[in-house]
Amino acid sequence: MKRLIACLAAALLAQWLLVAYAADTGAGVPNPLRIGSEGYYPPFNFVDQSGQLKGFDIDIALALCERLKVECKLVAQDWDGIIPALLAGKYDAIVASISITDERKKVVSFTDKYYSNKVRFVTAKGGGFDPGKLAGKTVGTQRATIAASWLAKNAGGAKIKLYDKQTDAYLDLAARRLDAIFADGLVLHEWLKTKAGAGFEMVGDAYELDEGIGIAVRKEDNTLRQRLNAALAAILADGTYARINARYFPFSIY
Amino acid sequence: MNETPALLLGFGAQLAAGTVVTAALAAASLAGGLLLGIAGAAARMSRLRLLTSAVQAYTTAVRGVPELLVVLIVYFGASAAIGRVAALFGFTGFFELNPFLAGVTALSLTFGAYATEVLRGAFLAVPPGQTEAAYSLGLTRARAFRHVLLPQVWRTALPGLGNLFLVLLKDTSLVSVVGLDELMRKSALAVSYTQQPFTFYLAAAVIYLAMTAVSMAGIQVLERRAARGMGWSG
Repeated sequence: MKRLIACLAAALLAQWLLVAYAADTGAGVPNPLRIGSEGYYPPFNFVDQSGQLKGFDIDIALALCERLKVECKLVAQDWDGIIPALLAGKYDAIVASISITDERKKVVSFTDKYYSNKVRFVTAKGGGFDPGKLAGKTVGTQRATIAASWLAKNAGGAKIKLYDKQTDAYLDLAARRLDAIFADGLVLHEWLKTKAGAGFEMVGDAYELDEGIGIAVRKEDNTLRQRLNAALAAILADGTYARINARYFPFSIY
Repeated sequence: MNETPALLLGFGAQLAAGTVVTAALAAASLAGGLLLGIAGAAARMSRLRLLTSAVQAYTTAVRGVPELLVVLIVYFGASAAIGRVAALFGFTGFFELNPFLAGVTALSLTFGAYATEVLRGAFLAVPPGQTEAAYSLGLTRARAFRHVLLPQVWRTALPGLGNLFLVLLKDTSLVSVVGLDELMRKSALAVSYTQQPFTFYLAAAVIYLAMTAVSMAGIQVLERRAARGMGWSG
């Protein structure tokens, strides 16, 4: 009994004392550089059978760390907490396909864009869905995204369903709970290639709703932002970016 | 899992790894929560008014807030708070409370609050004559507590604590929201990758059920041991 109590006490003490401490190297780039990403957004970030984060975002992050000569430490975080966790210091930069918008610039700073995107509608083939007549239709998209804000303003009369994860919206579209999904065209393009996406297609125009996709850092970390921009320019110039791009898309997404 | 790489579309090993994290999280939270519960129950019954009301405030607050919210407050709030305190002492940079420790802390706080009340009830269920008899036999306060009071408290508290543990085991899934790779999150990631919700959520359900079944058997063994010599052990 005495030993049991001692073990319990040690366990409780350990849980309070084991608080890791991340140091700043002084050059504005912490080492290791902790990168926050998500994991439910293929092909940009996802987790496969190996249990590791993978995808375009991750490859770009690793290439930038290599340029900056720091170790990259990937941290997975659900989308709805991805900016709060940055502000709480859980990691130093977000590389998770975040659109650069004025609203987000009020809380975080962005690097230059690292890819461009356009938002599209996807619907069942031959279902007669018309993006011009949204009234009475049910349209799904991911919560807290540029697509969601656009729908809230422009989809008069449509029922909007918001999802925590992009991949959950696919499940509901396949289950016919949605008439259409409004989301990033590159991400939809990838899903249409899968078995689950076979009976669906893109319809209507491509909407440019942001200033591209950037890396978000805390506002006070201006040096880090500048160093990331320099590293981004370097991997664009030396062909590293093009090689990563080619792994995922047969066309340039910059 | 290596001999069957195709198990669950290749995600078998991932789900197994998640199960280990879930079990570790539940065990660590049980340890922390029991300690908090014992300390809380002792404090609740002390004669110090301040101590009693402090613990009462703790159990009321924690039992009145959803477990999910406790997890979020600890994960996002605690490290920011620690960082701010450290800044007062001139430290810069960030203190990081990782998801596992945040989960153990949050679930221990929750389990501790409920366990405080279960244990308090169990202490009150022991007739005062038992302690008095122990004193009259010359036992010290500490020995009377350990050899007379505690075994009887334990016997009364076990069913309630066992119940709380089953709730705790399932509450571990809440820690998935802060990115801990436990069973629930591993399943959700597999669903996201394969787009097969039925397969993976059902697999997760079976694994949770297996874990609770094992726990129930364990609790039953403990209950039988605690009831030795009572004539109704069974």
